[in-house]
Amino acid sequence: MAKTLVQEFTKGLWEEIPPFRLVLGLCPTLAVTKSVENGIGMGVAVIFVLVCSNVLISMMRNIIPPKVRIACFIVVIATFVCVVELVMQAYTYPLFLKLGIFIPLIVVNCILLGRAEAFAFKKGVLASIADGFGIGIGYTIALAMLAAFRELFGSGNLTIWGDMKVMEVFGSSFQPFQFMVEAPGAFVCLGLMLCVMNIAGKK
Amino acid sequence: MREMIKMVVVLTVLSAFSGGLLAYIRDNTKEQIENQQLEFVKGPAIKEILKGAANNPIADRFKLKDGEIERSFFVGVFEGEPSAVATESYGKGYGGDVGLMVAISIKEDKIIGVGVTTHSETPGMGARAKDDPAFATAFKGLSAAEAVKVTSDGGKIAALSGATITSRAVCAAATDIVEIYKRLKPQIEENLKAFKK
Repeated sequence: MAKTLVQEFTKGLWEEIPPFRLVLGLCPTLAVTKSVENGIGMGVAVIFVLVCSNVLISMMRNIIPPKVRIACFIVVIATFVCVVELVMQAYTYPLFLKLGIFIPLIVVNCILLGRAEAFAFKKGVLASIADGFGIGIGYTIALAMLAAFRELFGSGNLTIWGDMKVMEVFGSSFQPFQFMVEAPGAFVCLGLMLCVMNIAGKK
Repeated sequence: MREMIKMVVVLTVLSAFSGGLLAYIRDNTKEQIENQQLEFVKGPAIKEILKGAANNPIADRFKLKDGEIERSFFVGVFEGEPSAVATESYGKGYGGDVGLMVAISIKEDKIIGVGVTTHSETPGMGARAKDDPAFATAFKGLSAAEAVKVTSDGGKIAALSGATITSRAVCAAATDIVEIYKRLKPQIEENLKAFKK
């Protein structure tokens, strides 16, 4: 049963890729994927919080009494979320303004609590680091994919990093689907992607 | 009983540790966050109203104590003289506080520019106070010695049609700044000397 570290890492990228397979963490998935930059920013914040909280919880798994474990998880997660929020505010302020309320909402993101409860509380530190990176990077890739899809059809452009590198993919004659960057477009895109993932994952 | 104590101890230690860590990080990022907020939220308004200044008004700033409150003043250097200051105040608008940045020329005691920084007014109505440049232009050249009012209150500012409350809020904020300026003028002049080159 024991998986290797590599397996713990790679399972987050495909088998258990959070929004598509676990269908967790959908609130920010729907809300911040208007552009690739936002999606990646959110993903990086989640990776940081996930890895740090996994490590800390895994280290303390023998000290934390099971009856108050959820409270302890929340304290740990909330602490790291605040750290991310402050650091983002200090160094990437425009991104912070765009992500806004969704950074503090990482606290109640089910992925984090789910990984703490189901994984870090039971496994060793190294495995937890691998799991945190795997799930976090999987989440980032999922957000980036969804955002790329929406941005491409919604505006005809792809923002790679900042305003400097905007690629015009379809040229100026392209009429953007405004619908794709609006909230309902997020649901439709996510539904289509889930569908594709399910077909692709069927054996 | 033992378990009880353990639970309390673990939670307490964990919380204390988190609190300590956050306080440490907050202390270390506080200044940087303030700079970023100035640059991205108030920066555009400051640069607009101190247009033509030879220095960077966001970097050249000082703080003064006004009673209980500490206010930031931004310095504009014109023709080699630090001759203008800008500061911010708030007025009660229709949807909440309206923030207004006002630049005053020290030599002439005149308002040289105003710009709305933050607001939560209705788009297309009150929000025109920020979006419509003609509204801000009306404040230029007003004396910094008397209260700023809309025409219906006996002043000189034509209120935005359909947005009287917002117009009054902007005027109230401007009046507040004029009052602050009158109150603190000696200290402002004292501080400005430091920016002379």
